[in-house]
Amino acid sequence: MTARDEILGRVRAALADVPGGSPDDEPVPRDYRRTHHDGDLVALFAERVADYRAVVRSVSADGLAAAIADELAGQRVVVPVDVPQTWTDGLDARRDEPPLSVEELDAVDAVLTGCALGIAETGTIVLDAGTAQGRRALTLVPDRHVCVVRADQVVADVPGAVAALDPVRPLTWISGPSATSDIELQRVEGVHGPRTLIVLLVT
Amino acid sequence: MTATYLGMPAFPVAARAAVADTQLRRNLGHATATIRAKRAAVVGELDDWEELRLAGAAIKDRTLRHLDHYLEQLETSLTARGATVHWAVDAAAANAVVAEVAKAHGASEVVKIKSMATQEIGLNEALEAEGIAAYETDLAELIVQLGEDKPSHILVPAIHRNRAEIREIFLRAMPDAPQGLTDRPADLAAAARAHLRRRFLSARVAVSGANFAVAETGTLTIVESEGNGRMCLTLPEVLVCVVGIEKVLPTWQDLEVFLQLLPRSSTGERMNPYTSTWSGVTPGDGPREVHVILLDNGRTRALADTVGRQALRCIRCSACLNVCPVYERAGGHAYGSVYPGPIGAILTPLLGGLTGELENSLPYASTLCGACFEACPVRIDIPEVLLHLRSKAVTAKRHPAQDAAMRTAAVVMRSPRLWSRALRLAGVTGRLFRRGRIRRLPGPGAAWTDARDAPVPARESFRDWWTRTRGSGS
Amino acid sequence: MRVALFVTCLNDALYPGTGKAVVTLLERLGVEVEFPLDQTCCGQMHFNTGYRAACEPLVRGFAETFAPYDAVVVPSASCAGMARHFHPQVVAGGNASWRVSDVATRVYELSEFLVDVLEVTDVGAYYPHRVTYHPTCHSLRVLGVGDRPLRLLRAVRGLDLVELPEAEQCCGFGGTFAVKNADVSVAMGADKIAYVHETGAEVLTAADNSCLMHLGGMLSRLRTGVRTVHLAEILAATEEAGAA
Repeated sequence: MTARDEILGRVRAALADVPGGSPDDEPVPRDYRRTHHDGDLVALFAERVADYRAVVRSVSADGLAAAIADELAGQRVVVPVDVPQTWTDGLDARRDEPPLSVEELDAVDAVLTGCALGIAETGTIVLDAGTAQGRRALTLVPDRHVCVVRADQVVADVPGAVAALDPVRPLTWISGPSATSDIELQRVEGVHGPRTLIVLLVT
Repeated sequence: MTATYLGMPAFPVAARAAVADTQLRRNLGHATATIRAKRAAVVGELDDWEELRLAGAAIKDRTLRHLDHYLEQLETSLTARGATVHWAVDAAAANAVVAEVAKAHGASEVVKIKSMATQEIGLNEALEAEGIAAYETDLAELIVQLGEDKPSHILVPAIHRNRAEIREIFLRAMPDAPQGLTDRPADLAAAARAHLRRRFLSARVAVSGANFAVAETGTLTIVESEGNGRMCLTLPEVLVCVVGIEKVLPTWQDLEVFLQLLPRSSTGERMNPYTSTWSGVTPGDGPREVHVILLDNGRTRALADTVGRQALRCIRCSACLNVCPVYERAGGHAYGSVYPGPIGAILTPLLGGLTGELENSLPYASTLCGACFEACPVRIDIPEVLLHLRSKAVTAKRHPAQDAAMRTAAVVMRSPRLWSRALRLAGVTGRLFRRGRIRRLPGPGAAWTDARDAPVPARESFRDWWTRTRGSGS
Repeated sequence: MRVALFVTCLNDALYPGTGKAVVTLLERLGVEVEFPLDQTCCGQMHFNTGYRAACEPLVRGFAETFAPYDAVVVPSASCAGMARHFHPQVVAGGNASWRVSDVATRVYELSEFLVDVLEVTDVGAYYPHRVTYHPTCHSLRVLGVGDRPLRLLRAVRGLDLVELPEAEQCCGFGGTFAVKNADVSVAMGADKIAYVHETGAEVLTAADNSCLMHLGGMLSRLRTGVRTVHLAEILAATEEAGAA
């Protein structure tokens, strides 16, 4: 008997009291809300991201390039392959092709990406390795992450976000810079992961 | 199985020492009060919190009641996405798989994300015996590991340590700790960051647990704060995930419930800093090789207990610990196992049985106040399970003195006549105590009178007063 | 309506004054109270310690004793909770379990009986003391009596009611826990009485003498000058009766 057979056998024996039939026979009560807020979701998003001590700057589409240049002037930046040229003009930016080694990533000052979506209720940004986001290591190793979020990418709440995201893609949900409260429960920013998160919110 | 730490005494004995530990009391009291307040605030923001709890409990119950179906589905999905699935009946089997994978890649060390499942199976010790070093990368687990200690809380395992102790541990056990290291939390965290960064950037094999495993899509989820999880999940070539079989969720949609319940219940935040989800292998992004070990190690035993089975809904948020007045004063170590607090008091005996002295004492480590049930995001009725386990504990082990006392009391209380007589007898003895209170009792009564006065039995019981003043009968 | 008093084994033996107070109070409100002498114990101690088999005869005895009555009044939230919530469980699937379930629905903790059945909050009491109230865990989380005791206390003339900080935290009694885990039990009680001290109250009250026995034992051992009085005894007190 394989371990698989043994475990499944034990499970079935343990569930001898459960009447047979499909799991779908037992409906799950989903009376919870799809969203908790109406109104200005972009403003809520900005507020909630700032709550985590990330930097949030609202910019117009025209002003985006200048804002990027402002945040990343004089820094060595890595960007995903498909980031728009307008974003990187004037920056000391290296595209991730061929992919940077871990050591090279470690030597970089900052990373610039877009995102898949933002969640207003929780102030969360989700990256899905899609357009202008790159692989996960890019937004992990450098100490500074500048993330461009368009207003139309902001969804209201977690259920909407889960529905919009593709589970096949590797997802990273980011809510503020990295932090720990392990030492006497005092929150300390920046253990691993970027210690600075800057969100450029394009309205 | 290694659910409990070897040689731990029964709960009351261990708790006595903890109650007298003033630093533990201060740290724990402060920590739990702080997290309680944070949790209350963010839970209070959601007016559908109760509906989320009900959905969470229902999803978990559905999963558990058809666990074989969902495990098979999970295996299929994971395999289709390029992961290798292993099944481990117990701790030894799981440890063997991890060791084998590490050796197959010529790795003499692995980096780890905090995982209760890997603690439960004693993975680090098992790997060490095979000549493989396992490095904890979660700050609190690092502190515990360097301090050669044991974790005392699910979420903040080093809560029993203060900053001065942590500094001392780092200076002693961290070879690259900076010379002038202070005890400011920011400096300590920076020292840990530098120390661990080297490991992350060079590690080839990582070991993790998983918060959730979605059967429909083969997606694993890690919910964390520091980023060490992301480091372990993304940089090394090989990833081994030890996943308790109860961690399965049916569908991707179900995460919409748990990603609301977990962060608010555990750290009291709207969302934790980093959550990672991945399905198998993604070429060019993360590990080339992903192994998932589906772990039983007593879970099927818990599953077979129709009342206790609800304990397997647990999403390891630690909300119950933070509201428990017993845990707050006894600390985590007194529970003698990887799982402390209210959930530990039921899970440890459910996983490993009630014959051990420690396990047998755990269901009694509670006043049944019910605060844990109120706080549990998946509505585990911990008091109900505690009472159920107590009824099994009294037959799993003999307690001669207690059994005799209960038998005698039952005989007396079954008979109104005997009961009346007993009261009258007590009343007579009561006359010996003129002052209206008893300062000292012998035998087991001393446990009461060590710190409390005891009442004197009434000279005239209520029933005798009634009969005297009202006549007998109603 | 035939009303019976279930005085509880603890009160019968140690706190008969509480039982007397319930009788005084109910009679003052025009309710005739009966006391079936067959009553003994609700079985909570055995049930909570794990001796379910030993508990069953006590449960059946309770149901048989109180079957003839329309309401059973209990000056103990924990015993009322035991009867209402756990008696049916103990005999579930057994002989005539319907009778036990039926009686269980007619069991009322004192404040529930006063507020819900008699529909009174002002019971005509007089008690000129500073009092703080501890909501016991059973009353809070098992029975859900909510603020009924507080509403009753607020209507007592002369009573200076002060709120107990962190009132919802368990006092540490927990039945046999008080002896099996005495260190933690006392540690919890110590924090509770520290909060009592903060209120400046002279009297600590609650709906359960079990919790009061534990806290009162500590209050008197430490010579704090604070005493414990069961809710019933406060509500029974009047000028004539010499509010003690």
